[in-house]
Amino acid sequence: MSDRIFGIFGVLLAIGYAMAAFAIEESFLSDAVGPKAFPLIIATVLGLSSLVIAIKPDQEPHWPPFARLAEIAAAVVVMVLYAQFLPVIGFVFATALAATYLAWRLGSTVLGAIATGVGTSVGIYVIFHLVLGLSLARGPLGF
Amino acid sequence: MELLSSLGDGFLIALTWQNLLLALLGCFLGTIMGALPGLGPSNGVAILIPLAFTLGLGATPALILLTSVYYGAMYGGRISSILLNIPGDEPAMMTCLDGYPMAKKGMAGEALSLSGIASFVGAFFATWGLILLAPQLVKIALLFGPAEYFALFALAFMTLGGVSSTNQAKSAFAAALGLGLAMVGVDTQTGVPRFTFGEVHLYDGLDFLVAIVGLFALSEVFIFLEERHGNANADSRQLQIGRLTPPMSMIKQCTPTMLRTSLLGFLAGVLPGAGASLGSFISYSMEKRLVDKEGTFGKGDPRGVAAPEAGNNAAAGGALVPMLALGVPGSGTTAVLLAVLLSLNITPGPLLFSQNPDVVWGLIAALFIANFMLLALNIPMVGLFTRLLMVPPRILMPIVAMVSFVGIYGISGSSFDLLVMIGFGVMGWVLRKLDVPLVPIILGTLLGNSMEANLRRAITIDNGNWFTLFDSPLAIGLWAVAIIGFILPMVFGRVVKGKMRQRRDEEGAISD
Repeated sequence: MSDRIFGIFGVLLAIGYAMAAFAIEESFLSDAVGPKAFPLIIATVLGLSSLVIAIKPDQEPHWPPFARLAEIAAAVVVMVLYAQFLPVIGFVFATALAATYLAWRLGSTVLGAIATGVGTSVGIYVIFHLVLGLSLARGPLGF
Repeated sequence: MELLSSLGDGFLIALTWQNLLLALLGCFLGTIMGALPGLGPSNGVAILIPLAFTLGLGATPALILLTSVYYGAMYGGRISSILLNIPGDEPAMMTCLDGYPMAKKGMAGEALSLSGIASFVGAFFATWGLILLAPQLVKIALLFGPAEYFALFALAFMTLGGVSSTNQAKSAFAAALGLGLAMVGVDTQTGVPRFTFGEVHLYDGLDFLVAIVGLFALSEVFIFLEERHGNANADSRQLQIGRLTPPMSMIKQCTPTMLRTSLLGFLAGVLPGAGASLGSFISYSMEKRLVDKEGTFGKGDPRGVAAPEAGNNAAAGGALVPMLALGVPGSGTTAVLLAVLLSLNITPGPLLFSQNPDVVWGLIAALFIANFMLLALNIPMVGLFTRLLMVPPRILMPIVAMVSFVGIYGISGSSFDLLVMIGFGVMGWVLRKLDVPLVPIILGTLLGNSMEANLRRAITIDNGNWFTLFDSPLAIGLWAVAIIGFILPMVFGRVVKGKMRQRRDEEGAISD
């Protein structure tokens, strides 16, 4: 069933891609092929392979229970927040918080997770910023 | 003689303190990444690319660092195979078969050192093979026009799914997805924006480094979160290593095996779509058929440890041949290495050997040096790596995620790229669940633009005649190989993959 849904999604993706390709504005100065042809070939391959996937599905993959899916969704939210707040609160705090969260959800005890988070953040800061000179996001406190 | 003098020049380039230090660092990190289950050579190299890039390393030093990681990971995979019966990465899967039984018999030290020697032999001969074969391939490649290049790219995509994928439709889907993503951005020939949906950030196209790190490294974090085997391997098992030198008689017994499998592995590596996993698999199967007269394979036969290790390391070297000579990688990790070259503004392919001989020969010399370093690191210091194996994923994975973020942020300093990377991470997780290979996606995003450029050049040269693509014998030959390479796995792929999986049902679509 998963493969059928995936295949249908792929076909829709291919149709969308082809429509977006047709919508490309051609410049008046163009080569013999133009900017549309290759994307249209790709859309064809994408559509055909998706169709085959939908018609001949593989064995059902092992999907995790809902709780685990929610776990992944929560991790994605944390990462998105991390990306958004990184320039605002600075590298060290943002990283410590995100790494603590991940360590906690991967099964560390709360104290262990905090230690991992702070250790990761400070460790990366020392190695990559202080030793190797990589520029990291600066927060209001300068780190 | 010309080869030797070029190689001499290469050693002059590689033998600086900075490069030696980078090679040592790469070997060390690579061995760790190979040994830790969950981090393979492709993720290992992927995580380090942005760092090598942001540190402002030149082309040669950056390549030396990353290929040392690549070779190192091939060495490291065996450690957890032998000690824990968990392959550190996919090519090390076959090493479990005899390595773990040897360890159970109290011969872990012998197994580790013997496999270290076998890895060295495989990698050493493969590096010589690279030196001898790559320049020959360059001579052929110089005959290629745009039409032949287009056919070659098609061949790479059609054979990449190869034996490692059971479903060719899914490989084709992955390749088309990757190519489609490469089209995003301003068309270089006519200057019109494509698939940007008015988003200014997309005008430059998607950065393939962002895609690689997201697909490989972040999706791994999601897999661990899903299964929460955060505590796996953390239980302190008894690791009795014992003596760290194999007896001479054992080495003698294994020498013919190592030499045969080195050759076989190298050939498997050169072929498109095969890679190191297949190299170790066919090496083990062949040796089993050839020398296993008493039926000791699978019960801790030293030759069963030497064969897959020599095979996978030789295949790792062999896979560099098409990557350097043609610019078309034959495996996942070499695809990632291609990304390194492209982001350093070096186009691999036949011209690389004439335009940047310093890069090529410096790299080859560095491979020799790294190989000796790895032998030195992996035999006496193997105890250190076994202790690092005890780092549980609940500590390792947050570090992996954060280092990935740092690397990508370091390149562009933009949160937008981080969001794109998270998107790729989620996509990678879903696709891995659905058993869609990730390597063709990477290859598509890497090669898409030059594939299209070659297509358009070929047709423009011939005044809009599309049949020019099948016009020369060389192009027809390439198309024929491509089509055979696409159809053959549908017949045989299931058998081979089934045998490989019989042993161990691994989740994950990252080959090599």
